Amino acid sequence: MNELALAVPWLGKRNPQAARWLVIALAIGAPLIAMAFGRTWVRVLDFALLYILLALGLNLVVGFAGLLDLGYIAFYAVGAYTFAFLSSPHFDVHLPIWVVLPLAAGFAATAGIMLGFPVLRLRGDYLAIVTLGFGEIVRIFMNNLNYPVNITNGPQGINALDPIILFGWDLSRNIQVTEEVSINSLFLYYYFFLACVAGSIMFIQRLQISRVGRAWAAMRDDELAAKAIGINTRNMKLLAFSLGATFGGLSGALFGSFQGFVSPESFSLMESIAVLTMVVFGGMGNVAGAIVGALILSALPEILRHLAVPVQQALFGHVLLDPEVLRMLLLSLAMILMMLLRPAGLIPANAKYSHIRHLKSKGVAQ
Amino acid sequence: MITLLEARGIGKRFGGLQALSDVSLTIGKGEIYGLIGPNGAGKTTFFNVLTGAYTPDGGEFIFNGTVLPSGKPHLVVAQGIARTFQNIRLFRELTALENVMAGHHIRTNATVWGILTQNKHTVEEERLTTERAYELLKYVGIERFATATAKNLSYGDQRRLEIARALATEPQLLALDEPAAGMNATETGQLKLLIDQIRRDGITVLLIEHDVKLVMGLCDRVAVLDFGRKIAEDVPAVVQKNEAVIGAYLGGGHKNAH
Repeated sequence: MNELALAVPWLGKRNPQAARWLVIALAIGAPLIAMAFGRTWVRVLDFALLYILLALGLNLVVGFAGLLDLGYIAFYAVGAYTFAFLSSPHFDVHLPIWVVLPLAAGFAATAGIMLGFPVLRLRGDYLAIVTLGFGEIVRIFMNNLNYPVNITNGPQGINALDPIILFGWDLSRNIQVTEEVSINSLFLYYYFFLACVAGSIMFIQRLQISRVGRAWAAMRDDELAAKAIGINTRNMKLLAFSLGATFGGLSGALFGSFQGFVSPESFSLMESIAVLTMVVFGGMGNVAGAIVGALILSALPEILRHLAVPVQQALFGHVLLDPEVLRMLLLSLAMILMMLLRPAGLIPANAKYSHIRHLKSKGVAQ
Repeated sequence: MITLLEARGIGKRFGGLQALSDVSLTIGKGEIYGLIGPNGAGKTTFFNVLTGAYTPDGGEFIFNGTVLPSGKPHLVVAQGIARTFQNIRLFRELTALENVMAGHHIRTNATVWGILTQNKHTVEEERLTTERAYELLKYVGIERFATATAKNLSYGDQRRLEIARALATEPQLLALDEPAAGMNATETGQLKLLIDQIRRDGITVLLIEHDVKLVMGLCDRVAVLDFGRKIAEDVPAVVQKNEAVIGAYLGGGHKNAH
């Protein structure tokens, strides 16, 4: 929260308190503003929140602990499929959300540890290659586990997942306030996701300034020295993988329920790369960076989809470039420009954001 | 003299190179014990074996009456042995204070659940860690740089910070690997005072050093390594006159070394 407030251009440094309220107001008001442009945009915001959750989790692994993970989407898949198995007509199991969400997060964490063990000794490029393989393995399993026993329903995916129901309140139904006024279900999901994201931010920021966060940072900067001061790097790596995966699993479960449908093609390598791009683009090792990166890069393709075709038709009379092609083009361009102009990301990780204030509050630093 | 650390017949081989062979020595509580020898004599290898970075091929360390686990650095630190590195290895992107706070990791035990809920234990532990880290920065004399990023400190201050970080693990034995390397005379003088202070505060010091003046002026006893063997061990004044030692340093034949 504080990091986000400080990252607000101009206002953040001059009046952090005002910036903080601005951020809160924007977070709450965003769907109302989006609604003015049409319901689709609220949906885009809902997805953006899920991506923020993913980026926060991956940032914990890549940014905090320095473990490059190219198969992160696998945990998203584990979460989504856990939800699909336990809360859909597929096996005709309909567990309540309060059971399924922790289970999805728990299974993802277990998957994180399973990935963590074999890669404990790997670093950098080698770690990236193995995690990339892990991501593909999970996707291929989801794709093929429909024969001889049908578990995942193969490439067709699983349909008609249960909506999120909080205390008997179905988030997928619009609330009819009066005859004419109704609150759209997309809003309800938005605020539920927002609550999840806010809780996650709080947790992650507490982690960052704790003994665990310091141990991760130490390991990232110099693993040998971290060992020499008594940090059990094996346990700390496993913890990073499993906690990071927890957020992926949680996001996946919410995604499954929101979409009402899961299939293996949602969990391709491109998605892993997209989430990693969000983290890198925003600024590795920085919560605010992950959030801003996820927000921008998840909204960008949607904006393109809506603008590219009409703009090209107006200019040239016909469509020259498909929005999908344009998306990759612009994404690459954005990354190249970022590497040249802001190599540490949009909002570079800055120890002073999180730690020095923390120390000041303890009366240590001036 | 109460024995704090005893090395029994430590051996370490890297392929065809016998880096350490049958090195035995005892370090008493409260001593400053010097480990000297020409480049490549095996001093740093001895450190790495002692602190668990390498597993020895033979021998064992007895620390406070118990056998030290080999190849598990974090368990060695937990037993009370801390080290610094010859080429400074700080957590470069963290602040000076955080470096020292990270050093306190092994003496704290807040769990993820405690951190999530910020329970009393976690908050109290974090407060103590911060305060203690700040005191240690004061102790080595760099508290004014508490919030500076470690990589931006001057060379001498980085050395001090590394010592503060090692002290944060609450060691009984502090192993310093060439702490005066690259320092000028003034800085070395200050370092000498600091090491002496550390000893007076009850921590035993094991010192690898090339600066002969520093070793002779500071150490209670000195062991000399040459080609992985201990060729002498005594008080500095005696070691200085030992023929084998003079031979090892000046290249006057290796009668005793082979």
